[in-house]
Amino acid sequence: MAKPKLATCSLAGCFGCHMSFLDIDERLVELVDLVDLDKSPLDDKKDFDGIVDVGLVEGGCANEHNVHVLRQFRQHCRILVSVGACAINGGVPAMRNLVGLRECLEEAYLKGPTVEAGGLIPNDEDLPLLLDRVYPSHEIVKIDYFLPGCPPSADTIWEGLRALLSGHEPKLPYKLFKYE
Amino acid sequence: MQTERGAAATPSNAPSATRSVVGDAVKVAGSDRSRLMDIVQSVQVQLGFVPDEAIRAIADALGIHGVEVEDMVSFYAFLTREPKGRFHIRLSKTPISFMKGARDIARAFETAVGVPMGSMSSDGMFSLDWTNDIGMADQEPAALINGTVVTNLAPVDAETIVAALRQAPATSALPLFPGLDGQGPSLPRTRVASSLIQPGPIIFSRGGRGDGVRAALTLTPDQVIEQVTRSKLRGRGGAGFPTGLKWKLCRQSIGDAHHVVCNGDEGEPGTFKDRVLLTEIPDAVFDGMTIAGYALGARHGLVYLRGEYAYLRSSLQAVLDDRRRLGLQGKNICGREGFDFDIRIQLGAGAYVCGEESSLIESLEGKRGAPRDRPPFPTDRGYHQQPTAVDNVESYVCATRIMENGAEWFVGYGTRESAGTKLVSVSGDCPHPGVYEVPFGITVNELLDMVGSPEAAFVQVSGPSGQCVAPKDYGRRIGFEDLATGGSIMVFGPGRDVLDVAHQFSEFFVEESCGWCTPCRVGTTLLKEGLEKILADRGTLADVTALEALGGTVTRMSRCGLGQTAANPILTTMRNFPQAYEARLRPEPFLPRVSLREAMREAIAVQGREPVGEGEQV
Amino acid sequence: MSGETFTFTVDGVEIEAFPGQTIIQACDAAGVYIPRLCYHPDLEPAGHCRVCTCKIDGRRSSACTMPASRGMVVESNTAELNADRRTVIEMLFVEGNHFCPYCEKSGDCELQALAYRLGLAAPELPYQWPHRELDASHPDIFIDRNRCVLCSRCIRASRTEDGKTVFGFERRGIHMRLNIDAKALDETNIAAADKAVHVCPVGCIVIKRTGYRTPYGSRRFDQAPIGSDIEVKRAHHPAKEGR
Repeated sequence: MAKPKLATCSLAGCFGCHMSFLDIDERLVELVDLVDLDKSPLDDKKDFDGIVDVGLVEGGCANEHNVHVLRQFRQHCRILVSVGACAINGGVPAMRNLVGLRECLEEAYLKGPTVEAGGLIPNDEDLPLLLDRVYPSHEIVKIDYFLPGCPPSADTIWEGLRALLSGHEPKLPYKLFKYE
Repeated sequence: MQTERGAAATPSNAPSATRSVVGDAVKVAGSDRSRLMDIVQSVQVQLGFVPDEAIRAIADALGIHGVEVEDMVSFYAFLTREPKGRFHIRLSKTPISFMKGARDIARAFETAVGVPMGSMSSDGMFSLDWTNDIGMADQEPAALINGTVVTNLAPVDAETIVAALRQAPATSALPLFPGLDGQGPSLPRTRVASSLIQPGPIIFSRGGRGDGVRAALTLTPDQVIEQVTRSKLRGRGGAGFPTGLKWKLCRQSIGDAHHVVCNGDEGEPGTFKDRVLLTEIPDAVFDGMTIAGYALGARHGLVYLRGEYAYLRSSLQAVLDDRRRLGLQGKNICGREGFDFDIRIQLGAGAYVCGEESSLIESLEGKRGAPRDRPPFPTDRGYHQQPTAVDNVESYVCATRIMENGAEWFVGYGTRESAGTKLVSVSGDCPHPGVYEVPFGITVNELLDMVGSPEAAFVQVSGPSGQCVAPKDYGRRIGFEDLATGGSIMVFGPGRDVLDVAHQFSEFFVEESCGWCTPCRVGTTLLKEGLEKILADRGTLADVTALEALGGTVTRMSRCGLGQTAANPILTTMRNFPQAYEARLRPEPFLPRVSLREAMREAIAVQGREPVGEGEQV
Repeated sequence: MSGETFTFTVDGVEIEAFPGQTIIQACDAAGVYIPRLCYHPDLEPAGHCRVCTCKIDGRRSSACTMPASRGMVVESNTAELNADRRTVIEMLFVEGNHFCPYCEKSGDCELQALAYRLGLAAPELPYQWPHRELDASHPDIFIDRNRCVLCSRCIRASRTEDGKTVFGFERRGIHMRLNIDAKALDETNIAAADKAVHVCPVGCIVIKRTGYRTPYGSRRFDQAPIGSDIEVKRAHHPAKEGR
């Protein structure tokens, strides 16, 4: 029987959840036996080959590209999981939700104390446009499960993933249930 | 925020002037923390708003903290810490006013004044705002101009009114406040019609002034309560608590001073019957309170009059003064040695929640109108922690009639559970809006025939907190057995959108939630947003299910009646008009609240270019 | 405490109570934990959060305000009540701006701990992202209203325990905010030793320079769920609990 397929992505986040995932250490060997990795920054595979069983989403949606990737994941993943604080509520990037987008860009690139005269808001035509605020992933697509933490510990990700791969709902023990 | 307020103070409100205005207000009301409402209102009438300097001065005068004054002032819609125009025009916002053209009136005022709703003209002459239902559903569109009510407005009136106000002599600081009227210009449309369409055999059986009190005095206080109990009178505000039992519990409570409170807050959108009672037969109301005073052994009566009805205050006070001359108020009432009873009118300041009896008591004590937890019930510990009976205006009139005519006469009307008659306030798509005294047990159908609206598409019974009744249920009966109601009946004809009305009611609860408890404070906003997603044609079946579940939590977890009924506009329309929701549902399993395009609108404006545009634009 | 004790039941467990005790007081003493947020044992109850809502003789009411009475039948730990409590906690998360990863209070936060205990993996109600004011003017204390849950503990403590009335509410409904008795906190007479500063269940009122003395992972709710300290009493003294 073919192994289940796993895909991962990092949207508006710090890649910390992926790093934490890699912290499963020697269980990586076990993971290789458990799943085939499809689209993911871990194998640098750019496109989906087809439908995958589990998708892990790190990061919220800060720009149009994040939305595009997240929708792609929703279309290709039977089960989609928000992993970590940024996917769940926007996390640190969502601090900008407390100020308007224009104010935020102007402070960062034009008026802030660290900006030298003649600052410029980056506006290359290839840059995806920012959204009015950073959205948690479940406000953009349907999310099936959540693994909280910043990042979720390697144990959390491992336990969650193992449960899903064996057809169970991830039920974290109290000590792994953390928002920070 | 606060520094802005300070900076915005006009030179005429220099500190010393402000302090002297506060000093005068405190002199009149007394240096009594529980009279904070009167002090603040009097300051606002003089200054147009309550500046920071006044807050400090009031706190100093009452020996309390500024933060306590701010707590109270910032709670009420009619009190403001920001400067407002000399003439504050507040348009009544209800589904009824909108169907009668209030939006056009708003536009006409915007044109006449030259600023949009929600703002003040640069010359400081006018502020334009919306305010929730002002108790004029029978003569909408209506508005408050300072404290004066204008009704049956047509767009053309806006210009006339604004022109007349511009002519007002600059010497009168804030004309058109009740008590200060006579200083202002004469305005069109200031007549509030009585709208008593159908008087009935009980409430409007004309008894003479004081007859009920004299009848009560032939009995012992216990016998009075016994009579009221036998009459099966139940609270006319809608909750239907047996009045006799309430009085008995209150009388039995041990306290230093019992209190009789008349709930004249009448804030439920669509009701105005108390306005009619206080206009037509105020003596029957005061007689009822005096009877309660005798029965409970109370010497103090308070009428809590909603801020919107401030225009009634002087006439009511005149009636009370008359009663004093006639020996119906004050010492030794009707010559009965030792029966002393005084009634004071307390004006509210724009807070629907104060219709809830414990919030009303908090407000009477000069605090924010947050409800109390029960127990203790007001009959044990109410106003100033003393035994207090809070009853509806109409309930007091019923008590008067029961004393005049006897309990047996009263139970001769109505049904087994609902003795007597009920006043209903009918408004909306109806040729004869107004107050009708109807027998309990009347069906919605019969009522609609009576008011000339047999074609009604739906009927909102009891206002936003009540139920949206569909034609299939028009056989239901008004009464405590079935459709219990305080009397608000809003009629909606064919072509009216039931979800649009539900949305307006949801917004009403957002604005009127007191904020004390989580489920109501947050839940009301979430309910409104949930409905808005459906109205924006972005709702899925999952959204409807989630909205219903949320409504259940708000209903079950909220602290007082406001929160416990705040989901009713949504839950009762879901139950009675499922097709209205189904028609708007999208087939997708999931849709985000906002489209990607909307989420990028700001960036498109800031960056001056179109999106990179990968993928679809949903 | 005076008078004869009496009993009532919570989820079928018999609880002994003194006249004048609220349900939550009697249950705490007996080692039965009812989830709660705004309640604080040293302060008058206020009934804000509604988390401690129980079914009491079939009617819902807050356990922190309801006096216990003889023979009362209380339901608390039911799936229905816990689901509603979870939604109320969820409401508080989306009403404010709660960023646990960089909050000094994480691990010691009662809001977060309730979410853990009630199994709220992620708030899914729509986030409101309100504008909330910070006040760092005081040398020893700062206020971050983004994290305020409007529980009024500080208001009550400042008034009744500290005798200062530094705090109050402002406005109403969804616009309600924590207010202070001056334009800035350093203009008030608040001190870091005040009770009001120590009763905040979340990271709204924080004493400066102390936030990370105890590292993440070693904090109050890192090892055991909120309420365990109460439940341990029952484990040790399953019978009656007298005082």
